[in-house]
Amino acid sequence: MKLIGFLLLLSGWVIVVAAFMLLHGSAVTSFVFAGFGVEILGLVLVAKAHLPTREDPQ
Amino acid sequence: MISDPVQLYQLSFLIALIFILLVPFALAGLTLINTGLGRCRSAAHAMTSSLIVIGVAIVVYLVFGFGFQGYRLVTIWGAPYAGLVLRPYFLRGVPWESPLCLAGTLGMLSVALASLVPLGATAERWQLRAACGSTVFLAGFTYPIFVRWTSGLLVSLGLRAAFGDILDAGGSGSIQALGGLTALSLSCLLGPRRGKYSDQGLPAAIPAHNAVFVLFGCMLAWVGWLGLNAAGAMLYAEMQPEGSVLVLINTTFSACAAALTSAAVTRVRFRKPDASLIANGWMAGLVASSAGCATLKPATAMLTGLVAGALVVFSVEFLEFRLKVDDPCGSVSVHAVCGIWGLLAVGIFTSASQFMAQLVGVAMLLGFVFPMTYFLNWLLSRLIPYRVSVDGERQGLDLHELGADAYPEFVVHTDEFIQR
Repeated sequence: MKLIGFLLLLSGWVIVVAAFMLLHGSAVTSFVFAGFGVEILGLVLVAKAHLPTREDPQ
Repeated sequence: MISDPVQLYQLSFLIALIFILLVPFALAGLTLINTGLGRCRSAAHAMTSSLIVIGVAIVVYLVFGFGFQGYRLVTIWGAPYAGLVLRPYFLRGVPWESPLCLAGTLGMLSVALASLVPLGATAERWQLRAACGSTVFLAGFTYPIFVRWTSGLLVSLGLRAAFGDILDAGGSGSIQALGGLTALSLSCLLGPRRGKYSDQGLPAAIPAHNAVFVLFGCMLAWVGWLGLNAAGAMLYAEMQPEGSVLVLINTTFSACAAALTSAAVTRVRFRKPDASLIANGWMAGLVASSAGCATLKPATAMLTGLVAGALVVFSVEFLEFRLKVDDPCGSVSVHAVCGIWGLLAVGIFTSASQFMAQLVGVAMLLGFVFPMTYFLNWLLSRLIPYRVSVDGERQGLDLHELGADAYPEFVVHTDEFIQR
């Protein structure tokens, strides 16, 4: 899960960079927000992966 | 007012140099804070590793990082000067009478400051040689590539045309958030100190060994930050010398508002103001002030500090209780969280398009710097053991790594290694 989280972080950044390279006008703003959203998702996954798994008391 | 461009240039050069000479106070302050917030059996190690890490960072940056970073072509103080069209490894070819050498000097001290940040989050469990190895990556690669991309590559890709430049005069992003995210990745890789969490996952309070160090460190850091922000504003935001008054006021306003907010929040939550969190609040205000020190109005700088002061208290609690990240000095909350807040605050308090530019800077920090530092440090940890042995941790890093205690005349051993 941690690896997927980091890949999502990188993917979000690639979306942001690609927006500047490929798009113009208001589409850039949308794609920057989209890329940032993907990064937040990646951060959540990395955080969840970092938490120790709760062991069953039984 | 000086109308002669040559005189103006010389005066600006001198004033920027004086501001740069204040920056080592920030390094001293942060070192004292990191040392004071740790336990006494690792105090000498904290100071020694800070000195060594500063040395490694400066050498690596000047030999390799500065050339790798490059420098954008700008007109500064009325006189255009050439960017680094050549690669001045070992500072070859740098014209010593141009602002480029000032940028190199400020960059050298900035990278040293960024390198100190992870030491706070990894206190009492990180081997000295591993810290040196990690600093080589930070000073030689992570910091230069972040600066190179935000001021060069992204601009050429169309960032300036779309939204404008990323405003980060004093380095909320390039120094603080970068150091803070490195601290977060290292803290995750190392895991918590032994005895920090019980079997049920409840964190134990491990108090600071010297609150006086911590609070005096805050005072020193204030002086250093005034120099850092003012020099950054003159070199990177093309501010004239008279504009430095606004920078000094913004920086101080932000720190004061943040410290007062932290005091109020901790007073409400814990019934008494907490000294270490107030110190963290003060530092958070300084960190958050850096990005917009030359742009914000004093009122908005105060608001930035106010939010930072509250943010740092909740962030420390969230990281410790919810995410189980053991960060003895609150480095991640102060430098990463409040650095990112400082970057965003400039956009929030100026314009929508500036906010988008700032968001791109944050996106680079989260999407590129954080995974890269995690990966590089993970790779290095396969080659060099990062964490000290159990015995070393129990003994304290002073005795284990240096062979002598910081305070040999008194011995303090607590029972935090007993399983709860």
